[in-house]
Amino acid sequence: MSKETPVNLSPETLSRIDEVITHYPVKRSAALPLLHLVQEEKGFISQESAEWIAARLELEPINIYELVTFYPMLRQKPIGRRHIKVCRTLSCALSGAYRTCAEFERHFNTYCGEVSPGGEVTIEFVECLASCGTGPVVMVDDELHEKVDEARACELAVRIKAEAARAPGTGGEQRK
Amino acid sequence: MPEQRRIIFQHIDEPGYSNDLACYLRNGGYTTLRQAFQRKPEELIEEVKRSGLRGRGGAGFSCGLKWSLVDRKSGKPIYLIVNADESEPGTFKDRHIIHQDPHQLLEGMMITCFANNVKQAYIYIRGEFPEGARILERAIAEARAANFVGPNIAGSGYCCEVYVHRGAGAYICGEETGLIESLEGKRPYPRIKPPYFPAVLGLYQCPTIVNNVETLCHVRHIAAVGGAAFAKTGTPGNTGTRIYCVSGHVQKPGCYEFEVGRITMGQLLYEACGGPLPGRKFKAVIPGGSSAKVLKFGERFNGRRKVGTTLEEYNWALEDVPMDFDSLALVGSMGGSGGVIVMDDSVNMVEALGNINAFYAHESCGQCTPCREGSLWMKRITARMAGGGARHGDGALLKSVADQIAGRTICAFGEACAWPTQSFVQKFGDEFGAAGSAAPSAEALAKAEAPRAERTRLV
Repeated sequence: MSKETPVNLSPETLSRIDEVITHYPVKRSAALPLLHLVQEEKGFISQESAEWIAARLELEPINIYELVTFYPMLRQKPIGRRHIKVCRTLSCALSGAYRTCAEFERHFNTYCGEVSPGGEVTIEFVECLASCGTGPVVMVDDELHEKVDEARACELAVRIKAEAARAPGTGGEQRK
Repeated sequence: MPEQRRIIFQHIDEPGYSNDLACYLRNGGYTTLRQAFQRKPEELIEEVKRSGLRGRGGAGFSCGLKWSLVDRKSGKPIYLIVNADESEPGTFKDRHIIHQDPHQLLEGMMITCFANNVKQAYIYIRGEFPEGARILERAIAEARAANFVGPNIAGSGYCCEVYVHRGAGAYICGEETGLIESLEGKRPYPRIKPPYFPAVLGLYQCPTIVNNVETLCHVRHIAAVGGAAFAKTGTPGNTGTRIYCVSGHVQKPGCYEFEVGRITMGQLLYEACGGPLPGRKFKAVIPGGSSAKVLKFGERFNGRRKVGTTLEEYNWALEDVPMDFDSLALVGSMGGSGGVIVMDDSVNMVEALGNINAFYAHESCGQCTPCREGSLWMKRITARMAGGGARHGDGALLKSVADQIAGRTICAFGEACAWPTQSFVQKFGDEFGAAGSAAPSAEALAKAEAPRAERTRLV
């Protein structure tokens, strides 16, 4: 089953999927790990992906849909090439998280929760990232940035744009 | 002020200390685990009971008692789950342990597993710690290669496997039965207790121990020094050290490890954390994660409390309150997860509550009606008030909604989302419209409205 799949996962992801299922005495437990692996490769969980995961774990599709629609980190739609998550919760807000978020929105000409024009980034306001002593904190993809005030947000935005311009085939040419 | 006593955080931020196995071994790592194998599992459980260790996740429940409730006669496997879902706003200690000293956690886990005859353990780590998950996976692989995890550990004949399981951004997975449902691959709807006490009917309906990261690091320390020696640190009933995570309006926010109850709120905030920002005054503090009831500077607390075996009078200002589980409960709040959030006089309390209410409305799992609906109503009311649309009776309305949630839900999230509203409205009545008066006074409104433009936005 894991050899020929309509969702066309890479051999590496497929072997990680086979491995992770062995971590649990009950296959269903591997649902979240599989969702993470598929989302990491595909960027989001399509209906086909959800159905494929369900079949792989011998579950009904609803058993997977109910997870995709519950967990904030699982997505049903693609997002921008970079994902900027700004913590909104109290300690970060006390240190100016709303200003930080507005600064990112201004730089990328977009609103929270939307894909920016050209697909460059998705900015998201998220709940507590557990780094409350160094707020406002921001995650750019998997990387945590601390004490991101407006000036730091501006620096980060400039860096993200520069990285996009360097990387071929990711929309950098489009902007030139 | 007492000195910090860094036991769990001994090597955190230490120059030259790295999170790999070689560094851990150089610093005496895994010797406690080897020694533990020389003893009987029951003895280790006794040591933990003797230590008086209370869980560091939030409820402060006795760790030894939790272990002794495990059903050992069912014939079913016993599981250990590490709750590394650190998500109570204001709490950021486990992140440091996982990132900088993961083998300390693993050693504590393996001792716990051996003591409780656990053959399979999971570390449930929140989804927002992708780097932490990778570090833990590498640490487990290193420990497996060095024979501290897996079959026949350190030649003892004892076998135990450990896997990392990542969450996906849901606060409710920090609730132990919600966590178990999540680990089973389901929506993390908490289970009702009774009958679903994890010690009896936990993961896959088997006996299960769920312990916080910091708690398990303490277990390693208890196994090293002995329960009796551990019980001499801290204060009676509140033993050991505790990591206080201070955030918000102080000069030096961060993690501070002190003996439990040996430091007061005032010492922590004024001396360890350097006091308020220049030109500001402290206004309020949430002492144990955002769900703990807020405390107001200027409040006084008096009554009688048990110290050892005697009753003692106390008459405390907020600054005098010892930072232990029992004293914080005595003044109407809780030690919770150790997340101390400080607000100064620049903060409008309606906006601060609006921020907290938005969090709980987002995180309610939706299983129980009072919480699902009530958390949203509280969010909407405080958002409207913060937006300048306060109406007559809003304070009373908020209180009424909150009062109808607490105690009427399957899990403690009901209390967690009701307590902020109940305490903010009660203590800052002038900003919410005190219970007696129908609406905020004109004076309070004028005061709140004037500097609105300059205030840091919270909601």
